[in-house]
Amino acid sequence: MTLSGVLADNPRLDRWVSFAESGKVAISTGRVELGQGVLTAMAQIAAEELDVALHRIAIRSGDTELTPNEGYTAGSQSMQAGGVALRQACADVRALLLAYAAGKLGCAPAELTVRDGRILRGGAPTGHDYWSLAAAVSLAADATGSAARKPASQYAIVGRNAARLDLPGKVFGQPVFIHDMTLDGMAHARVVRQPNRGATLLSIDEAALRRAAREPIAFVRDGNFLAIVGDSEAAVEAAAAAAADRVVWQGVERPRALQQEASWLIQRPSIDRTVGAPQPAATRGLQIYEATYSRPHLAHASIGPSCAVALYRDGHLTVWTHCQGVYPLRAALARMLGLEPSAIAVRHVQGPGCYGHNGADDAAADAAVIALRTPGRPVRVRWRRQEEFAHEPVGPAMAVKLRAALDAAGHPLDWTAEIWSGTHQGRPGGGANLLAAEALPNPPPLAQPVDVPDAAGGGAVRNAEPLYDIAAKRVVHHLVPDVPRRTSALRGLGAMPNIFALECFIDELAERAGKDPVDYRLAQLSDPRARRVVERAAAMADWQRREPPGAGRAKGIGFAQYKNRAAYAAVVVELEVEESVRLLHAWCAADAGLVINPDAVKNQLEGGIIQSASWVLKEQVRFDNDAGGPLDWESYPVLRFSEIPEIDVELLDAATDVPLGVGEATAGPTAGAIGNAVARALGSRIRDLPLTRERIMAALLAQ
Amino acid sequence: MAGNVELTVNGRPVRVAVAHDEVPLLEVLRNGLRLTGTRFGCGLEQCGCCIVLIDGKPEKSCARPIATVAGRQVTTIEGLGTPQAPHPLQQAFLDEQAGQCGYCLSGILLSAKALLDRNPSPSRAEIARALDDNLCRCGAHNRIIRAVERAAARLRGEPRA
Repeated sequence: MTLSGVLADNPRLDRWVSFAESGKVAISTGRVELGQGVLTAMAQIAAEELDVALHRIAIRSGDTELTPNEGYTAGSQSMQAGGVALRQACADVRALLLAYAAGKLGCAPAELTVRDGRILRGGAPTGHDYWSLAAAVSLAADATGSAARKPASQYAIVGRNAARLDLPGKVFGQPVFIHDMTLDGMAHARVVRQPNRGATLLSIDEAALRRAAREPIAFVRDGNFLAIVGDSEAAVEAAAAAAADRVVWQGVERPRALQQEASWLIQRPSIDRTVGAPQPAATRGLQIYEATYSRPHLAHASIGPSCAVALYRDGHLTVWTHCQGVYPLRAALARMLGLEPSAIAVRHVQGPGCYGHNGADDAAADAAVIALRTPGRPVRVRWRRQEEFAHEPVGPAMAVKLRAALDAAGHPLDWTAEIWSGTHQGRPGGGANLLAAEALPNPPPLAQPVDVPDAAGGGAVRNAEPLYDIAAKRVVHHLVPDVPRRTSALRGLGAMPNIFALECFIDELAERAGKDPVDYRLAQLSDPRARRVVERAAAMADWQRREPPGAGRAKGIGFAQYKNRAAYAAVVVELEVEESVRLLHAWCAADAGLVINPDAVKNQLEGGIIQSASWVLKEQVRFDNDAGGPLDWESYPVLRFSEIPEIDVELLDAATDVPLGVGEATAGPTAGAIGNAVARALGSRIRDLPLTRERIMAALLAQ
Repeated sequence: MAGNVELTVNGRPVRVAVAHDEVPLLEVLRNGLRLTGTRFGCGLEQCGCCIVLIDGKPEKSCARPIATVAGRQVTTIEGLGTPQAPHPLQQAFLDEQAGQCGYCLSGILLSAKALLDRNPSPSRAEIARALDDNLCRCGAHNRIIRAVERAAARLRGEPRA
């Protein structure tokens, strides 16, 4: 038996499981809680595999001193990769302890069972339990992956709703977020951000900033890195607010309005490649249909700004951060600071939902840079709201041109997706610089942008290949290196724009063929799990009862299997369009394989629907204002409570013990469903997101 | 002007030393009184993370000068309930698993408290309107609305709510 990826990288069993505290099982995971409920699911997996009650599990997470290196908590991979690894590690531990117990009892391990950590033989107590055995059996051994895992048919904890372990702290307002963390003698800091790489700090009106602070502050400056530090958070905040007018920079570049739309990318220099089927020898005689869709730059727009705490003492740096990957951040900090990784500990503390690579890593770098210059004194850096909007990496704009050659029945025989995008991989773990490194003296060179490898699901090309039965499919990828804003991973990466484009295109082809959109999809979808979610979502939404085109009210459908290998989801949306779009209802059917915590999975699918609806209807990082980008929630509006549709989600049973990642599964299908419903309600198609009032009015006027 | 401000926080009279009158209430709560349950979201009175009740009304605290709450009653999430004695709203949020990252929840719970204090039987639309000053970025909106409905029913004394 071979070990799975994550377990092969971290084979030592004592890195995963410990019985050091009597009656408790300490479980370690490299995955971190981002509000998705991952730690609860991990606890369920461990409790199930070890046969202990859920309340005995204590989870340690995302700590370079304590937990396995699982890279980033991203890509809907936590259950599919991390959960499977934890399950095997627990099975190996259980087998190791039972083998030892069997030896002591003079019986075969198969005669033993476990009930809540106690070892039974023939159902009777043996006097042994995990905690007594663990004193004699070292878990400082490598996993073998040879222990049989519990069959899914025997699950009693996995597959049942478990209350999220992290939620009570949030409902009772406890200090669970990094913003709430306080260390003795801690200083507060704000960074006066270098506007862009290469901009130089000309002057600081220190007296004016001190006046604005109204309490003592100090400045930490190195090259073009400038921070305001003080005992009083109100004082550093006030000084940072005043810095906009009192700190002068040279070489400031701002994105320009003409770079705002994804169409700007199409004529730019790019790194090009083609994957998939060779170009067709001839499509002569076939009808060709072509359309171009786009999505703009999107902000992660976390509800709270990024924050970090750091302490440098006796040559050792500890950084507390809400980033998605403590090990990659440690490596990037070591590079930036010239420290050995062993001199740095990076520990995860919860933050506001991030939905990808936001300012968290950069805030951690800020705290580290300041801490090194204030040795012995812990420092907490919190970004300002304006700073988060202006300096976090954005989800890249994408233009997607689709071209199909159709058979006589109007079904595609040959399919080309041509994509223009900046990179979706701007993470420090991928070689990109931390912002502070750009401002310090001798900034490192810019790494040549690369996108997420196809083996990891791809970045811009994610879900560009349709799951539909098409004889020849190819993707032409133009990676545009020089883009107006730093870009990086946003929930789903290229999947949302690609699925929006392809599901809208499929509807357009269905309309040309005179077919119902659901029937048209099913006619070229042979994967039975895919068919099932489409059929179920259509049934949930009473698909047959629809208004005629152009009636101002319509249903639309969208479908995808995320990354063509994670969860399947179909979404039907019903909406009304007058001058703008009003969402009425969304129905979702999903197949997530083995589901660990059904209610948490539904929460993720619902949240994905709402966030995608917000992207589709409202969101764009616009450059056509004085600041060259949004700075607040007025210049970057998101969906509000009154604009949320009712949502029904059904999880379909799957006879499998393989979980399929769900965190990003509904974003693309929702975008397609809204695009299609708006097109049907209006009687004309809008191919550029967001579907704003201005675009709807333009479409109506063009009729 | 540096000085002391007296106010009532969660039913307890407090006297806080502030550097000047303009120090935001949120700053006093979080750093002065160590009541970090009220979250900083934007500092611009736009997102609702920092909503507290001032004399029973939901108000943003991030840009609210401390001097303007002198002598007034402030209720924060810490004053709503505790794990041992949860407010019906808090219990309902747990029952409905209403939240993801949870950063917005303190402000939402207090907006909801103010709503139920003035309208014990709000419709779904009325709940949504009452929460329109609170942003939620994770998309837990429908769970949150259901939780408020559940809490309202429980506060009305309806069985099985």
